[in-house]
Amino acid sequence: MGWIGDTVDSVKSIQIRQLLTQAVSLGMIVTSALIIWKGLMCITGSESPVVVVLSGSMEPGFKRGDILFLHMSKDPIRAGEIVVFNIDGREIPIVHRVIKVHERKDTGEVDVLTKGDNNYGDDRLLYAQGQLYLQRNHIMGRAVGFLPYVGWVTIIMTEKPIIKYILIGALGLLVITSKD
Amino acid sequence: MHSFGYRLNGLLTFSVTILAIMCAITSLSDNLNTPSPSAEIQVMNINWFQKQPQGNDEVSLTMNISADLQTLFTWNTKQLFIFVAAEYKTPKNSLNQVSLWDAIIPSKEHAKFWIHTSNKYRFVDQGNNLRGKEFNLTLHWHVMPKTGKMFADKIVLTGYSFPEEYR
Repeated sequence: MGWIGDTVDSVKSIQIRQLLTQAVSLGMIVTSALIIWKGLMCITGSESPVVVVLSGSMEPGFKRGDILFLHMSKDPIRAGEIVVFNIDGREIPIVHRVIKVHERKDTGEVDVLTKGDNNYGDDRLLYAQGQLYLQRNHIMGRAVGFLPYVGWVTIIMTEKPIIKYILIGALGLLVITSKD
Repeated sequence: MHSFGYRLNGLLTFSVTILAIMCAITSLSDNLNTPSPSAEIQVMNINWFQKQPQGNDEVSLTMNISADLQTLFTWNTKQLFIFVAAEYKTPKNSLNQVSLWDAIIPSKEHAKFWIHTSNKYRFVDQGNNLRGKEFNLTLHWHVMPKTGKMFADKIVLTGYSFPEEYR
């Protein structure tokens, strides 16, 4: 009961200057997170330096909820590498392994076929209509490292958005009521 | 400064940082391992070798694969993904790699093995260049750690070739 009274008191005693200071601090935290993310995008050369594994198609190696660190270098794509790619028309990136590579002699361009370790057949069923291979422009990055379980936070927030709102609401309340 | 909220925040931040450092050190410990794997592949039989209606060559073969990959396992290894790929050049393509067979090795005990198998995945060329062609069979392995950096390597075995005529 006393905590609620204190909260109401502190909301009443807010001054404009204090509010602005706190808004700027919050802004600084958000922008530094953005800077770190964009910086990672530059260093790893990939549009999405960290992805969460969403399906069980690479089990038992990668389970749903693991996160993968991606890196995209100019090195040629070779069989066995785990790549993350987008299919035209699908928004969710897919993480599978390369099983076939055909590299053109003249242009250096490459045709690649992928397959999930835990899937029976290759990914031609997932590709766009009539597409037999992936090209380099479809591939967002190679998986170079991974951390287990950490991605569950993202999965929970995406699948149950109510938790996202609760978290942001709680954060907002903390910012308003803190006496810094 | 000493409220429950601040203490919880401090505790959580500290534990996440310690966890991250432990994961990094675990991954670095993989570099201390010096592996010495060995492998041998024999092509027992070319089952058939045809040109498909679309114009691409296809071949089916049976292989004996034996390998000892036990030294690749460390305490931080979750599994080893291995596959055998045929590698060859054609007039149009500077490199072709076709995965013929793969397996997951979940533990050190399973890492020394011998298997007699036909190709798990269809060996289809991009074109009809395979007659009489020489190719390499490469055993690749990808070490998937419990946490951290993944790394991969391979053994290249040369000297295989396709028959001169379809059969």
